[in-house]
Amino acid sequence: MTALPGKTDRTLGLVIDLDTCVGCHACVVSCKEWNTGGYGAPLADADAWGAEPVGAFLNRVHTFEVTPDSGAAMNVHFPKSCLHCADAPCVTVCPTGASYKRAEDGIVLVNETACIGCGLCAWACPYGAREQDPVEKVMKKCTLCVDRIYNDNIPEQDRIPACVRTCPAGARHFGDLSDPGSEVSRLVAERGGFDLMPEQGTSPVNKYLPPRAREPESIDLAALCDTDLAEPTGFFAWLDRALERL
Amino acid sequence: MTAPPKLDLSPKVSDEIRKTTCYMCACRCGIDVHLRAGEDGRPKVRFIEGNRDHPVNRGVLCAKGSAGIMQQYSPARLRAPLRRVGPRGCGEFQEISWDEALQQAVDWLGPIRDKDPKRLAFFTGRDQSQSFTGWWAQQFGTPNYAAHGGFCSVNMAAAGIYTMGGAFWEFGSPDWERTELFLLFGVAEDHDSNPIKMGLGRLKERGAKVIAVNPVRTGYNAVADEWVGITPGTDGLFVLSLIHELLRGGHVDLDYLLRYTNAPQLVVQNPGGADHGLIARDADGTPLVWDRAERRARPWQEVSTGAALHGEVTLADGRKALPSFEILVSRYMSNDYAPEAVAARCGVEADTIRRIAAELAGAAFGKEIRLSRPWTDLRGERHQEMVGRPVSVHAMRGISAHSNGFQTARAIHLLQILLGSVDCPGGFRFKPPYPKPVRAHPTPHTEAHPRAPLPGPHLGYPRGPEDLRIDAEGRPERIDKAFSWDAPLAVHGLMHMVISNAVAGDPYEIDTLFLYMANMAWNSSMNTAQVMEMLTATGDDGEYRIPHIIYSDAYSSEMVAYADLILPDTTYLERHDCISLLDRPISEPEAAADAIRWPVLEPDRDVRGFQSVLIDLGARLGLPGFVNDDGSHRYKDYADYIARHERRPGIGPLAGFRGDGSQTGRGAPNPGQVDRYRENGGFFTAHIPEEGHYFKMANRAYQDWAVSMGFFDEPLAFTFDIYQETLRKFQLAAEGHGPREPPDHLRETIRAAFDPLPSWAPVPAPEGYPLHAVTQRPAAMYHSWGSQNAWLRQIHGAVPLYVPEPVMQAAGLADGDWAWVISPHGRIRVPVAMTRAASPTTLWTWNAIGKRRGAWALGLNAPEADKSFLLNHLISELHPPKGDGLRWSNSDPVTGQAAWYDLRVRIEKADGGPLHPDTGAQESPVGRGRGHLTFGREWTE
Repeated sequence: MTALPGKTDRTLGLVIDLDTCVGCHACVVSCKEWNTGGYGAPLADADAWGAEPVGAFLNRVHTFEVTPDSGAAMNVHFPKSCLHCADAPCVTVCPTGASYKRAEDGIVLVNETACIGCGLCAWACPYGAREQDPVEKVMKKCTLCVDRIYNDNIPEQDRIPACVRTCPAGARHFGDLSDPGSEVSRLVAERGGFDLMPEQGTSPVNKYLPPRAREPESIDLAALCDTDLAEPTGFFAWLDRALERL
Repeated sequence: MTAPPKLDLSPKVSDEIRKTTCYMCACRCGIDVHLRAGEDGRPKVRFIEGNRDHPVNRGVLCAKGSAGIMQQYSPARLRAPLRRVGPRGCGEFQEISWDEALQQAVDWLGPIRDKDPKRLAFFTGRDQSQSFTGWWAQQFGTPNYAAHGGFCSVNMAAAGIYTMGGAFWEFGSPDWERTELFLLFGVAEDHDSNPIKMGLGRLKERGAKVIAVNPVRTGYNAVADEWVGITPGTDGLFVLSLIHELLRGGHVDLDYLLRYTNAPQLVVQNPGGADHGLIARDADGTPLVWDRAERRARPWQEVSTGAALHGEVTLADGRKALPSFEILVSRYMSNDYAPEAVAARCGVEADTIRRIAAELAGAAFGKEIRLSRPWTDLRGERHQEMVGRPVSVHAMRGISAHSNGFQTARAIHLLQILLGSVDCPGGFRFKPPYPKPVRAHPTPHTEAHPRAPLPGPHLGYPRGPEDLRIDAEGRPERIDKAFSWDAPLAVHGLMHMVISNAVAGDPYEIDTLFLYMANMAWNSSMNTAQVMEMLTATGDDGEYRIPHIIYSDAYSSEMVAYADLILPDTTYLERHDCISLLDRPISEPEAAADAIRWPVLEPDRDVRGFQSVLIDLGARLGLPGFVNDDGSHRYKDYADYIARHERRPGIGPLAGFRGDGSQTGRGAPNPGQVDRYRENGGFFTAHIPEEGHYFKMANRAYQDWAVSMGFFDEPLAFTFDIYQETLRKFQLAAEGHGPREPPDHLRETIRAAFDPLPSWAPVPAPEGYPLHAVTQRPAAMYHSWGSQNAWLRQIHGAVPLYVPEPVMQAAGLADGDWAWVISPHGRIRVPVAMTRAASPTTLWTWNAIGKRRGAWALGLNAPEADKSFLLNHLISELHPPKGDGLRWSNSDPVTGQAAWYDLRVRIEKADGGPLHPDTGAQESPVGRGRGHLTFGREWTE
């Protein structure tokens, strides 16, 4: 119902490193504080101090316990926000044109004044990346901090999404994924960055870097040792030889 | 269809940015607070982000830091001084004026000081101004002062200082840029939060390996390259087995041991004698080593690599002695420490122990670093290179919060030292003013007299039994029994014992308990439900056993409800503070750093910064140092104290901009100093000359710089004491030597625990309680402060007990069920969920999410009160009675560190909830947070 731009000038997005994310939620809260006073209606928190607090967040970290075929179970921290898909079903499903994808940089946004809160876009998004604001009842989603990244009132080095600016572990990267020479494209190439649920045909812009292999190194202990100094007496003989060499 | 709107891509962000220091946890990151006019036109926090220039966080900020907005505008903020009007624990208060509040405090405290100052117990929790609050208590004259270290990580600090003059976190950090192998012990997501995350990110980027040793695989452990899911309390044994393997392979740095440690120092061999096991010394008291070439004993500084590391020698006076290294080798090469001998106990396979030892050796020696950076050591020898062993370690509460934690932390340091990896390129690096050996620290003081200050600081480092603070009958002089035979090296005190001891009148009763920023009626106490009863316990006269409780907090915590007089503190954005080098430093390995907080917002309530209140109170009580000769107030407020106080001539709370503003470290007070800090972004750094970046314990350039900064007055040549003589002195006392011997019931405990070499003892394992239960610090919460936070409580609000799969199956439990968790001390009923990412015998939950109903201005049915819980109810501050009439503390026998993680439990399915125990509800003196929050609305429309 709403058209996507055929091609965007740039393809801005995030590259998120699942090998490094410690699941600390720094990005979640930095996003919340920037955006609640920024683009669109505030990100409300219903019943904020009560029995069932429900707030709108544009970015959340989910933690999954994973048991691989071999080796110990592990927790994988999975930050998730809008992936700014090239073929964004949330846009095409929108009955009013409130959801749209910017032709200049590919950012998917919601024009809140046109949003009727029907929720079709949230239904269409296979990632669950959209949330309806519990007070305003408009659809909220990641704006890629569109009000930061071009903002002349912010020092140039800070013209990046709040979540990237704050991430303590350096697990979040921002850039133009259509530029093969960009830092984010290089990371995707080197680390095997992947699309989330490619079978959905959404062509997500954001990429995830997989956890690196975590197999213990095989070290040949014997090769490292002078000798197996099983007894203190043997050790002290070695010690004398070693001290001579100092 | 609507056309895409035209966007304002450069909206206004803020009216002003004010730079101060975060206090959402203990890391003390630099923050840029963006202020913008709110609806009423007054400045309001629009946004908080990390300060890119700050040495601690270099621009990043964690979830807590960003959520500072919600702390600032929390409905739980106290609004005015309060006087209790209902029974303790109910939360019924009357607002009073500051004059009334301070007069009440003076009326209680003045007579105590006039008659018996020890009847005041002043304990300050998560205080970041201990050099000030301790000084106040010293001027008051009570011996009973400490902060929260005793129930946090004193084992870490004490083991580090006694071993190498520094410890983890505030004392040092890994060389993130050069380390190749990083070992992380017992750290979930806690201290120090952002620097560890930044460091791990850097290690990942560099391809260095991370091995995490922790029973639970969350947070940092989740991203580690290798996870060792160790059985709680066995880390020390695991480490000593690694040492066994390293020795067997000859993987120790002999050159390093000879130069920087007491490995060659001679230990007297005189079994049964009063000097057996002491270090042999010359007439001046200098430790001796054996010169291999000259075949004679010489002072240690005179010999470096020429000293002997084994072989019995005869001293000039005829006594026999061995280099301490020989004793060490004989100990750890024993098959008791062989991987096969420890594997089952540690829950780690023998092959894994052997492989990790090999990886340690491979990194330390196979990836040796040689920096072409000439330097001179304190023996005067010039070195052309700095040799690095790129293995580093960090450890925290999973190590320290066990009753064997002191020796386990010692074992970890021994491992580092044997590899030659302390303060070398790629290793663990000290942060100034550390390293500081024991002799540069004070000894503890308790000499209390009416109307007189204590002659020295409360807390210090005993050198032997002679420094214990006990009376002629051997009774403790402090209410918490720190520096008594119960906890001889309690260098941070034992805050967790104060309430229990005071109510028991053991060793004596007190009149007033004065607490700051410590939720002792809840998550900061063991045995919470009974501590709440202790706080309300009355004597035969119907009066409370602790007659007066004064408490300062910024929020309506559980502890507020149990106090008689509340002195409401400001938030961290409304106050002056100083993060001082005299206190808990925020330095980095290549720079000393300190910082301030300042009121970036004015309070809109009748509250005052606690330190300013103490200054006022000190003057009203006429404490020395707080009044001028004419009796007038010496300091206007805390900011005035920060600028003008001198601890020693030329040395004050802040090191930067002293004198005329150009002096660093030493210099006259500068009245404009705090303003200069504000202009500089809230902090100050002084960089170490490059020649002094490594080997600080023996580096002439570093030591000269440290003296110029005023850390000490002359270079401090010292050795890392892998063989610890102070410990041996306590052991000798237990063996019947010297004028002070432990009481018989502690004799064997002291003899075993004060091993001069790192040792491992099993933690108590009561029969019928086969499982362990521990808490993990979540990254997004700090103690109890987080739950009031509207954003953070949506991340961690309702948390179950995580139970390993085989335990779930054995108990017939499924996710969402409720279970009884039973310890020898008590039982709780809690919701459970299954996990596989934990040691198979370890249950765990997130720390301090559970709240008492009614606290923190939360709704009465908040999940924090309905679904979340404390393990604390299962942990007693005392061990079960042994029938001897004595009260046995659940602490490390060396330091008194609270042994939280020794907890043993069993689990049984319950029919359902609710939570047990029910600790009742408290009224809220500030009302309750209600309704919807739409923060920032005024800026979005």
